Amino acid sequence: MYNSEVRGRLIDGDKSYSQISREILAPIHAKTPLWWYGALLVSLSMFGWGLYCKYITVSTGIGTWGVNNSIAWGWAIINFVWWIGIGHAGTAFSIFLLILRQKWRTSINRAAEAMTVVAVFCAALFPLLHMGRPWLFFFIFPYPNTRGPLWVNFNSPLFWDFVAISAYLLISASFWYFGMVPDFATIRDTAKSKIKKAVYGFFSFGWTGSSREWLRFEALSFVLGGIAAVLVVSVHSIVATDFAVSVETGWHTTIFPPYFVVGAIFSGFAMVLTLVITMRAMYKMNDFITDRHVDAIARVLIFISLIMGTAYMTEIFMAWYSGSEYETYMFFRTRLFGEYAVQFWTMFIANAVIPQLFWFKAVRRRMWMVFVISIIINIGMWFERFNIVVTSLSRDYLPANWASYSPTYVEIGFFIGTLGMFLTGVLLFFRFIPMIAISELKSVAKFDKPNNGKLKPATHE
Amino acid sequence: MTKYWRSLDELNAPVAFRKNEVRLEVDANRATMKKAASSSRRDFLKTLGFSVASAAVVASCKRPVDKAIPYLVKPEEVTPGVANYYASSYFEGNEYCSVLVKVRDGRPIKIEGNDLSSISQRGTSARVQASILDLYDDARFKTPLKRGEPTTWDEIDSYISQKLSQLNNENKKVVLLSSTIISPSAKKVIGDFQQRFPNVEWVQYDAVSATGILKASELSFGKAFVPDYRFEKAKVIVSFGADFLGTWLSNVEYTKAYSSGRRVMKKSDEMNRHYQFESGMSLTGSNADVRVPIKPSEEKTILTALYYQLLQAGGEFTVAAPASPVDLKGLVEDLLENKGRSLVVSGSNDVEIQLIVNAVNHLLGNYGTTIRTEKTLNTHQGIDADFERVIAGLKDKSIAGILCWGVNPVYNHPKGSDLKQLIAGAELSVSFSDRKDETTAACHWVCPEAHYLEAWNDAEPKSGTFSLAQPTISKLFDSRQVQESLLKWAGVEAPNYYEYLRKNWTENMSGLQRKYTDGRIFWNEVLQKGVFEPGIEFKTLAYSENGLAGALSLKQDAASGWEVVLYQSMALKDGFAGNNPWLQELPDPIAKISWDNFAAVPVKWAEENGVQNESVITVNGVELPVFIQPGQAPGTISVALGYGREVAGKVGDGVGKNMYPFTSIENGAQKFWVSGAQVSVTDKTYELALSQTHHSMEGRPIVRETNFDEWQLDPAAGNELKAEHDEHSVSLYPGPEFKGHHWGMAVDLSSCIGCGNCAIACQAENNIQVIGKEQVRNRRIMHWIRVDRYFSNDAENPEVYHQPVMCQHCDNAPCENVCPVSATPHSDEGLNQMAYNRCVGTKYCVNNCPYKVRRFNWFKYVGNDEFDYASNSDLGRMVLNPDVTVRSRGVVEKCSFCVQRIQEKKTEARVAGRKIEDGEIQPACVQSCPGNALVFGDLNDPNSKISNYFKNERNYHLLEELHTLPSVGYLTKVRNKKA
Repeated sequence: MYNSEVRGRLIDGDKSYSQISREILAPIHAKTPLWWYGALLVSLSMFGWGLYCKYITVSTGIGTWGVNNSIAWGWAIINFVWWIGIGHAGTAFSIFLLILRQKWRTSINRAAEAMTVVAVFCAALFPLLHMGRPWLFFFIFPYPNTRGPLWVNFNSPLFWDFVAISAYLLISASFWYFGMVPDFATIRDTAKSKIKKAVYGFFSFGWTGSSREWLRFEALSFVLGGIAAVLVVSVHSIVATDFAVSVETGWHTTIFPPYFVVGAIFSGFAMVLTLVITMRAMYKMNDFITDRHVDAIARVLIFISLIMGTAYMTEIFMAWYSGSEYETYMFFRTRLFGEYAVQFWTMFIANAVIPQLFWFKAVRRRMWMVFVISIIINIGMWFERFNIVVTSLSRDYLPANWASYSPTYVEIGFFIGTLGMFLTGVLLFFRFIPMIAISELKSVAKFDKPNNGKLKPATHE
Repeated sequence: MTKYWRSLDELNAPVAFRKNEVRLEVDANRATMKKAASSSRRDFLKTLGFSVASAAVVASCKRPVDKAIPYLVKPEEVTPGVANYYASSYFEGNEYCSVLVKVRDGRPIKIEGNDLSSISQRGTSARVQASILDLYDDARFKTPLKRGEPTTWDEIDSYISQKLSQLNNENKKVVLLSSTIISPSAKKVIGDFQQRFPNVEWVQYDAVSATGILKASELSFGKAFVPDYRFEKAKVIVSFGADFLGTWLSNVEYTKAYSSGRRVMKKSDEMNRHYQFESGMSLTGSNADVRVPIKPSEEKTILTALYYQLLQAGGEFTVAAPASPVDLKGLVEDLLENKGRSLVVSGSNDVEIQLIVNAVNHLLGNYGTTIRTEKTLNTHQGIDADFERVIAGLKDKSIAGILCWGVNPVYNHPKGSDLKQLIAGAELSVSFSDRKDETTAACHWVCPEAHYLEAWNDAEPKSGTFSLAQPTISKLFDSRQVQESLLKWAGVEAPNYYEYLRKNWTENMSGLQRKYTDGRIFWNEVLQKGVFEPGIEFKTLAYSENGLAGALSLKQDAASGWEVVLYQSMALKDGFAGNNPWLQELPDPIAKISWDNFAAVPVKWAEENGVQNESVITVNGVELPVFIQPGQAPGTISVALGYGREVAGKVGDGVGKNMYPFTSIENGAQKFWVSGAQVSVTDKTYELALSQTHHSMEGRPIVRETNFDEWQLDPAAGNELKAEHDEHSVSLYPGPEFKGHHWGMAVDLSSCIGCGNCAIACQAENNIQVIGKEQVRNRRIMHWIRVDRYFSNDAENPEVYHQPVMCQHCDNAPCENVCPVSATPHSDEGLNQMAYNRCVGTKYCVNNCPYKVRRFNWFKYVGNDEFDYASNSDLGRMVLNPDVTVRSRGVVEKCSFCVQRIQEKKTEARVAGRKIEDGEIQPACVQSCPGNALVFGDLNDPNSKISNYFKNERNYHLLEELHTLPSVGYLTKVRNKKA
């Protein structure tokens, strides 16, 4: 039991173990609030619109998008990279903060991991449906076949992309799910309705809370965590090689893998902020997710934002230093001061300048400001991907091929659909899953009572 | 009212009784229904059995079998899967070309150039290439028509021959209105016809005639003819608005000659210098060494000044030369240095201008060297004034009947709408058109002629140069050659033009040669070769200054306001093939716009007036979209003819604006420019299908260029980067090795004129789909070979570059390593291949190609009503090449170096047990290139032409600094500016 006197308390409210369980499970046992239905309706209609746009895409063709023979990747890939980036935070949160022994993560990691799983699902839709013939997507599997020596191309980053994303999805979903097993058991034990008992009982795998189970649970968490830690780095590095391996100006750059990983964590942390601030506000979780939590994330964002700024500067410097006329043109006459200046500066200001406001405690302590900045960061990160994908292709080597690109309603609808899918997932998470890892939170709970410090049996009452 | 009851119950308690009755009825019904609906186990099994059986039957059903019936007696020359080539002759829209028609399994599918012809010399133009698609045009007439309703030939024949006799007896005139006829046999048929009906007058009418030249030579030489220009002999070429590489007279022949005079491969090679004076930027002007933008009204002044200055320089003249708006000093020097080796031409239809041109050429001694008067070009014989007489005759009813053959004056005459009424009002109006057009719509009778690929014919495009045309497929529809129709009406019982033609050739033409005494052998020989060039000696004509004095006396009005120049578009020429989707989608070689004509406006004016591309301006009340044309002469606007067809078919209807009403008839000749035009800017915009939007190379070494004098000093001039890149070319990996063949292609940028023939040849060969205006605008054009066009230097008068770009078949291809499914591997002969079956359409390769030559199938383009062009009907799909896969939606495609042709020749060589000869394999673009700019061959053969091209100091690779190791080389562009 964690019981240092040096550090402050991680959660407020002087809560007992049973109080913790009760309060976190309250939304699950309570009657569904009306706003939830309203929000679900909105997100499901967004999701439905997305489904319609996907139907158009598959039945008529990618021609319904705005992409062309010069800029063959557009919103679909921008959004793919964006979602994958967001999908980074959960696991990064759990793993990196675990390694760094940041115990405050326990209030947030459940929500972050949930976000990861939903975001990766959203992301995975894009590369699948941006294929010309998505019904043949299985060609990308290295499966034994009757087509002679035909095999997938192990040189292609896209193949590794597919491998990395599916592995990441699998691991992060398992990591998330297995972490929830003890909490499901708690719900099972506290639920009054038979159906709830049966359902959560099924998902808790007959968890009894015995020491042996806790031992195995810990072991599994470590193993999955270990694998996931590697994947966090690999997934976005591989996504980065999709671009870095190419010969296109603005893509062909070795800085991309670390730059992408950091960028992904950046957008993921921002999205975590958006999410937990919402959670706090809607479910009155201020005692568990304290201002100090938000403060800590905001401080991390300052640091990552500085790395982002450095990366942008490095790219610009290298473009000039390389002496390559194509690179120079791309950065100085296309992005910085050219046709795409608006997009570039939106990215730069949103990612490298505005987060610096977090230096001020006054900003960090005002939830609405933190919330707004977290949204701005995600918009900025979207523009970063726009800058990479579209500007590079629209001004490449032969000026005869220069083209411009604007999305059609189908692409926009597809994106809105994934937003709807994400929101639906989050809402279901709010409603049916303990938003905070109860068992882990209890491990960091501290009590001001005189007998504090003595071992008390962990209870899942 | 009497109350009836059926039982005591009803009498006592009527309400309860009624209820009971209803309930009983319902119960009974329910029982019946239950019985009917109940399914026993038996029923279930029956249903199950039936559905399983029917599902099995349905699932095992094959798709309907399209029967392929083998020959009962196989013709000797037909082997399934092996193509036959038949020599034939193309003559449409006043353009002649000797061709070979590729016939696969009974279907003509491709036009190739015929290398035996001294005129087209294996070259073709985009229009010739696209003519194969006209054969399979949905707008063709399936039967003869009587006032728009299908009828029979019998009915037509009986009516028309009787009507003709009646008109003959009444002594009413009938006009046979044809476009220029170069067929000696057809002329003979017309003679026969006129003999039978002396009231028939034969008038030739050309949409864009050469009246000016014909009239001027009549004055200067006493005979109306177009002389034989020999550009290959000229060291200095001066053209006043003549687009001789694009649309003027015999453009393929001139392109061959012109580019042969500009091919600089070895030290001793010489190069002609080309001056172009013109208003709009023509294809020819874009290739000129010196291009001078002028107003059309200035043309005569400049020519007069040139004439006088030449005279003065020769010391023969005393009167001061009139002031020229442009400086002619350099030109005069050049011309005087190259007396007898220069050539001055003008595209004007003004007799006086052509008279001065004749005088200048005479002064320079060009007659007899670069211009031959003994040979005449016969492709333009129409005199505009003749047709004006026909209109007058129709108006005053002195002409009672009109037979229209290959003409469309309702569309392409300034008084087209009046003509429509006049033709409809004539006693007899017959059209021989094989497909819909505006004039045919006005005619009472339509007697569709056969397409040239279904017909027999002969031609004499130049005096003493003959060729034959033969059918390559039996008639697709109920059509009949015009010659047979005329013979039939003239009283021949069962006319057979083939017999007629053959008789003419075996009896009359065979006398022109001595080699074959048997006329039949002679006939077979010519039929096989397609051409007959007996080398007859003709007399040269003597020049006289007849009419020159009048022409030189400048009486031109001071022009004010805008001058609008009307030119023939490269793709559609005069508009005869408006329903051809290949041509509609061929980007204009300069503006890179397809599917529309537009107003090309000067740069400066556009800037001053805030006009941008796609703005709409009105020119004399006609709304036109704007293209800001670098090099457009100030105060002028150029608009293409050939657009705005109203009755052309599903593809051509309503594309662009018809500009023929802007033309006028002046001094008996059609004038193709308008002065004093009113131009106003509107707020409207109109979307144009631009396939290239950026016009500058941004200083990148994409087209490397030099000047002739520098090249003479150092053949690697302009190509210094090549050495630098070669020096820095280092790789950690072993270089690619090709043990057998290593295919490569070279593009001579000095010979390429940018005409776009290669794009259409490739389209025909490789089943490339047409995608329509909207998709072209979306930058999704499917052409496997495109011609990039760049401008440089002064926007008011820029230098122009044409660069054909196809798949570079990189030996270190960026596209190959990024495909996750290995759909685009490298062959062991250096080809970058596409496996369509394997492609899942990630488009990663499209992005990673630095040349952007890969094309994605964004939609289903075949058999889709949304893309109702050539491939949406069985008829249109007959043109598809069975050797090339038709790509499905969602896959990437690109140039394959015509791998099917490589394989064909390799197989041929293997069967014959020999090596492949250099030049034997010719991809479609190479085969018919009119500029001989493309060379294909085996890089592993050190003596091949391609290897020599690659060794030439002018050779470089596009973006070679990327180390993609392309198999395509480019030879620097050499201009010949005055030092």
